Amino acid sequence: MSSLLRTLLLDLFIVAAGGATLHAASDGLRAFTTESARRLAIREAPRALPALRLQADDGSFIDLRDYRGRWLLVDFIYTRCQSYCSVLGGDFAQLQDRLAQPLAQGRLHLLSISFDPQHDDPARLVAYRRRFADRGHGWSAARPVDAAELATLTQAFGIKVIADGQGGYVHNASIMLVDPQGRLVDVFDAGAAGVVAGAVQQWLLR
Amino acid sequence: MSQQRHARARAAIALLTVVLLATPPLRRTLEASMTLQMLVQLPLLALLGAWLAAALPARLGTALAAWDRGGCSGLLLASVAALPWMLPRALDAAVDLPWVALVKFAGVPLLIGAPFALSWPRMGFVLRGVFCMEAVATCFRLGWLYLVAPQSLCSNYLIDDQRRLGQWLLAIGLALCVALLGKLLAGRFDTRGSGADPPDRP
Repeated sequence: MSSLLRTLLLDLFIVAAGGATLHAASDGLRAFTTESARRLAIREAPRALPALRLQADDGSFIDLRDYRGRWLLVDFIYTRCQSYCSVLGGDFAQLQDRLAQPLAQGRLHLLSISFDPQHDDPARLVAYRRRFADRGHGWSAARPVDAAELATLTQAFGIKVIADGQGGYVHNASIMLVDPQGRLVDVFDAGAAGVVAGAVQQWLLR
Repeated sequence: MSQQRHARARAAIALLTVVLLATPPLRRTLEASMTLQMLVQLPLLALLGAWLAAALPARLGTALAAWDRGGCSGLLLASVAALPWMLPRALDAAVDLPWVALVKFAGVPLLIGAPFALSWPRMGFVLRGVFCMEAVATCFRLGWLYLVAPQSLCSNYLIDDQRRLGQWLLAIGLALCVALLGKLLAGRFDTRGSGADPPDRP
C-alpha cells in the first residue's frame, strides 16, 4: 500500500472518529453549553428528586417529598441578590396572578429555595417574598437545613453557584417544574413568566 | 547519540510537568479562570505533548511517517482533537468531572501536541499556510463569540472572564496575522515542501 493510500485511509478514520466524538460531546450538536445540556437531559429523561429536608419560611421543617401529588415550580435564590434573583422574584409574583386558579385549587405550588442558608433565615425569606409584592397564596420560600442538604439539593437540580468576587453569587438562574410524582420535568428561563405560565397550563392539561 | 539523550531528558521533564499540572494546587490555579484554562493550561499541555513526541524512537517515527504523507494525518488528528475543547461545556466538564479531566491531561498532549509536532516538519508550504489561516480564523471566531455572548457560556466562569478571554483571543489572532504578514513579506520559504518527506515524490 502506498503512503498516499495509507494516509487517506487513516485520515478517513480520523474524520469519522472526530465526528463521532464531537457528536457525542454536544448531544448530537444540540447542546454546546453545560446549561443547555442540563435542560436537554431533563426534558428527555425526567429526573427523580431525592428526599430533601428544608426549613420553610414559617419556621417549620418540610421535605421536598411533601409536595408530591401536586405540581411544583422551583427556583433557586439568595435574598441578597440584586440581579437575577430579583428577576426570579418578580416572575413568581407574576405567576401567582397568571396561574391563580391552579394555585388556589392546590394543584400547583411555587417554592423558592435559598442556596445561601447561613444568611437566609426564615425572617429574611419572608421579607424576600414581601419585596416582590407576594400575593399571599401558593408561594413559599425555604432553605436547606445544612451544608449536606444544600449539596444534595444543588446536585439533584443541577444548580451551579459560583462566587462573583464581590460577596455575591452567580448561578444558572432558571425556573424548574417538578411533576406530581416528584420528578424534575422541565426548565425555563428567568424573566419570562408568560412562557412559564403557558407551559405549566399545557402540563396541567396533559 | 547526545541529541537523542537530550530529547529523552526533555520528554521526561514534559511527562513530569504534565503530572505536576494535574496536581490539585496547579489545577485549581489554572482552572480558576476560563482565560487561564484556555490560553495557558491547554496550550501548555499541547506544548508538552510536542516535547514528548520528540523522544519517539526513530524506527517508530519512520513507521508513522508512512501513514502521514505531507503531514496530513497529524494535522487532521490535532485539529479534530482540538475541536471539542472549543465547546464551553468541555471547559466546564474538565473542571467538574474527573474522567473529562483525565481525557484532557492525557488527550491534549498525546492527541493534539504530539501529532502536530511530528507532522509539522512533513507539512508543505500550502498545508502550513492553510493551518495558519485557520488558526487566525479560529482565534477571531471564538474571540468574537466570547466577546458578544450576552450570557456566561460556562457555568463555572463569570461573564467578565469570558469577555476577557474574547479580547485575548482577538489580540492573539491579530498578532498571528501580523507575524504571518511579516513572514510573507520578509521571510524565506521553501515552497517545494519541507524535504523531510521525500520517499515517493517524483
